[in-house]
Amino acid sequence: MSPRQANLLRAAMVVAALIAAGLIILMLGYNPITVYTNIVKGAFTNKYRLTQTINKAIPLTILSLGVAVAFKMKFWNIGAEGQLYMGAIGASYIALFHSDLPIYLMLPLMMIAGIVCGGLWALIPALLKSSLGTSETLVTLMMNYVAQKTVTYLEIGPWKDPNAFGFPKIANFTENAILPKVFGVHIGWIIALVLVVVIHILLKYSKLGYEISVLGENPQTARYAGMNIPKVLILSVLISGGLCGLVGMMQASAIEFTLTDELSSGLGFTAIITAYLAQLSAPAILVVSFLFAALLQGGAFLQVSLQIPASVAEVIQGVILFFVLASEFFTRYKIILRRNEVHTVEKEAAK
Amino acid sequence: MNVLNSLALFLQIAVQGGTPLLFGTLGGIMNEKVGHLNLGVEGMMMMGACIGYLAALKTSNTLLAILAAGLAGTICALIYAVLTVTFRTNHTVTGLVTTIFGTGLANFIGKSLSTQNLSREFIASLASFKVPVLCKIPILGEMIFNQSVYVHIGILCAILIYVYMKKTSMGLKMRMIGENPAAADASGINITLYKYIHILIGGFLCGLGGAYITLVYVPVWTDSVTGGLGWIAVALVIFSTWNPIKAIFGAYFFGMLRGLGFKLQNVEIPLIGTIPSQFLDMVPYVVTILALVFMTLRKKKENQGPAALGIPYFREDR
Repeated sequence: MSPRQANLLRAAMVVAALIAAGLIILMLGYNPITVYTNIVKGAFTNKYRLTQTINKAIPLTILSLGVAVAFKMKFWNIGAEGQLYMGAIGASYIALFHSDLPIYLMLPLMMIAGIVCGGLWALIPALLKSSLGTSETLVTLMMNYVAQKTVTYLEIGPWKDPNAFGFPKIANFTENAILPKVFGVHIGWIIALVLVVVIHILLKYSKLGYEISVLGENPQTARYAGMNIPKVLILSVLISGGLCGLVGMMQASAIEFTLTDELSSGLGFTAIITAYLAQLSAPAILVVSFLFAALLQGGAFLQVSLQIPASVAEVIQGVILFFVLASEFFTRYKIILRRNEVHTVEKEAAK
Repeated sequence: MNVLNSLALFLQIAVQGGTPLLFGTLGGIMNEKVGHLNLGVEGMMMMGACIGYLAALKTSNTLLAILAAGLAGTICALIYAVLTVTFRTNHTVTGLVTTIFGTGLANFIGKSLSTQNLSREFIASLASFKVPVLCKIPILGEMIFNQSVYVHIGILCAILIYVYMKKTSMGLKMRMIGENPAAADASGINITLYKYIHILIGGFLCGLGGAYITLVYVPVWTDSVTGGLGWIAVALVIFSTWNPIKAIFGAYFFGMLRGLGFKLQNVEIPLIGTIPSQFLDMVPYVVTILALVFMTLRKKKENQGPAALGIPYFREDR
């Protein structure tokens, strides 16, 4: 199947998924047309809503880029959530305990702290994998919760704001630790766009990107070619975790203005899906993340305006994904019908 | 005597906290033993919790409610099975989507349920009861034999699955698929059928686990009522080294940790001081990571996971 046909099929699948999700919504007693139009309305129609959508698209894009770097290598990093929290802890440490730094030092230092903490958190499963062969899927998954509980602990325990009247929360950051706004949206959108370009170049045109994809396709080939496998693995996992950690810093600084254990609201998991949907291509990640952010924001709007539960967005997400996942089978394999018999033949060499 | 009593009570609570985990873990084992890493456990448990509660409200029939819960989990598992078995999709991504879909749908349906309560008769039908004679055994009597029948179903399921896996030829074939699907295929086992059956049974068990929370443990519906227990179950599958009997102890141990978190919140321990409950919440995950590392270090044969876990099987790739 040619790439054009494949994209066409994928688009058709999304439409089919929207119809199927519509049927589910209908069965649950809501009008799907109202739901869909209000999602679009809630995501785009005025400045506030559009800002909210972009606010969700920024972390989702960067997280997906981070996930994509690891996935390209077939390193199943599903720990974006945890790396985000660790990054947020690192950045918050700077913001809370060195609050007298000038803004031009403060923000870069917070970013570096976020990237380093997120990267190191991702390094643990990478080292376990390269030295012992421990499954990174499970380790990264488990480490998410360790990270999140650590934040809860800091919130209730040592970092609790003494001026919050006993309320378990960390003090808000000072003005110099908050990301400035450009055109009404925090500066993260520029960072996200730059990162899309950088990661695109990294994956497509750099030596490291080439090594990552070879290692992902076939570790044996990588070994024969004389690549330094542990180095490639560790470097790319550091990039992957670092990007997720950066998101933690941005969410704490620009959205919540402090560290909370609900910083991510599950975006770390959504990012895995958006990265996969975008076929790990950076430009596609930008588009898919934006659309998913619109879906999430539209869902939130539905809840407020029509009292339709926001979880409808998750149902629609799920159905779209089910359809797209199923369609990959047809883009990857050619089906030959022979006398009532369905045979799938070998992977198309072109793919 | 007083100490003994409070210990018994504590263990009783541990078993109650561990029961949903046990069901989820057994569901996970059924999936993983045929080589399918299913991260959809949380979603299937949510669906079971929601549909079970809905059925209990509508029919007030205990058996129907439990069956409906199991069925809801099975339907979620069916989607997962169609995608991963027939369409050979990536297990990790498909499982995550199953969780997002299941959690979303359950919360969506459940929105109107949070204001409704179960009938008193229904709650009584699953309340703790004393098994004659056996409940007189010190500690164990309180712990196991003064519980809801739901708890006993869990233990029974674990034992049955153990016997099935280790002592029947079907169980042997199932394990073979998880280890080496190509060899199993060559020996004439209908792999697709086996995978479907076990994944669906796994979904049924997860559904039951979710429903235990809304029908017995809490028992009300709230948004995201399973609260991440499904992920602990995924961890427990590894911690129990894919062994249903060890899963019983593992689940109760993790259940105990949950109880301990509440108990120790304000207790001063000499030398250490108070232990923040978040650290106890972390223990299941940390212990699982350590168990994983330990397993890969020791390379003891019977403790290893299925060799073909998480790898889609293509007959044509053989």
